[in-house]
Amino acid sequence: MADFEPTIVAFCCHYCAYGAADLAGSMRLEYPTNIRVIRLPCTGKITPVFLLRAFEKGADGVYVAGCLEGDCHFIQGNLVAKPRVNYTKKLIQEVGLEPERLEMFNMSAAMGPRFAEVAREFTERIKNLGPSPLNKKNRNKTDKAA
Amino acid sequence: MVIGERKPFDEIMRMAEGLKKIMVLGCGGCVTVCLTGGHDEVRVLSSQLRMARDKAGNPIEIIEKTIERQCDPEYVDQVESIVPEVDAVFSMACGAGVQFMAEKYTGKPVYPSLNTTFVGGSKKEGYYVERCQTCGECKLYYTGGICPIARCSKSLLNGPCGGSTKGKCEIDPDVDCAWQLIIDRLKSLGMMDRYEDIMPANDWRTNRDGGPRKMIREDFQR
Ligand code: SF4
Repeated sequence: MADFEPTIVAFCCHYCAYGAADLAGSMRLEYPTNIRVIRLPCTGKITPVFLLRAFEKGADGVYVAGCLEGDCHFIQGNLVAKPRVNYTKKLIQEVGLEPERLEMFNMSAAMGPRFAEVAREFTERIKNLGPSPLNKKNRNKTDKAA
Repeated sequence: MVIGERKPFDEIMRMAEGLKKIMVLGCGGCVTVCLTGGHDEVRVLSSQLRMARDKAGNPIEIIEKTIERQCDPEYVDQVESIVPEVDAVFSMACGAGVQFMAEKYTGKPVYPSLNTTFVGGSKKEGYYVERCQTCGECKLYYTGGICPIARCSKSLLNGPCGGSTKGKCEIDPDVDCAWQLIIDRLKSLGMMDRYEDIMPANDWRTNRDGGPRKMIREDFQR
């Protein structure tokens, strides 16, 4: 699976995780190009529908990154998001996808290095899991591998 | 409101076996409020079905739609142009909605995506409790607004039974004894005299025992 480059969607909140991504860039920190960031006003905006759509469209992994717990700019958006992410893990499991393909992380806008670290670790995790069976781009490769 | 719970995904998948194109139809009434069969839940179930079928190399096409209510002909009529296009309709309404759809679209299979569970309300968001069993003869006047039919595990009309312990029901230490609640409430209202009256055996004919029920407002009949 060495040649497998996963597509990973990262739903990042405007105030913290997106700021951290920005800082990682300013600090010239390297992180995998597999990450596609989608900015949300707050992780409280996330619903199972968004997360499922990402998988449906072929994402190999999806994560939600919000502010540190207790530091949400909308007070408790990240606390709303967390159980939704956990609930969606069950929904993707029902479909036959590994729940590890979905995760929630918390970081402040000052944590540029943490953003890069999460991006690296999560990419590694998804590489180990292999392509999502719904990723059409990688489907032929999976078929060959199987 | 009517509370429903989504059926297990595997069961819905089995009902969809062999179907190429379906409509997943949500209801904007009770099941939207209890977060099981509204617009969002239609999108979630459709997405899951598409993914599972795609994964199996047997894709399914889904029309996602939600109408105001499925228990009212005027709304059920609104999907008239879509129904002929699909192999089956997966209703996310309560059992009443599923049947109104099936009655209107006689030539089309209409399948339930929910299990209709009870009549109740929300204690808080996403947390629903049973409060009424639609017995057809409301007793709440006598019982301080707490229903002995729906909330006493044995539907006793002259409780409590001997299983009531420290305010909890013998079936489960987490379940309040309805009769303890009734007595506490009547006491605080200064209405314990109502408790002293013996309630006669219940007439279950007003409940389901009299067969399917109907309610007619004569002034609306033409
Ligand atoms: S313990 Fe209370 S609620 Fe339970 S069956 Fe007896 S009277 Fe009913």
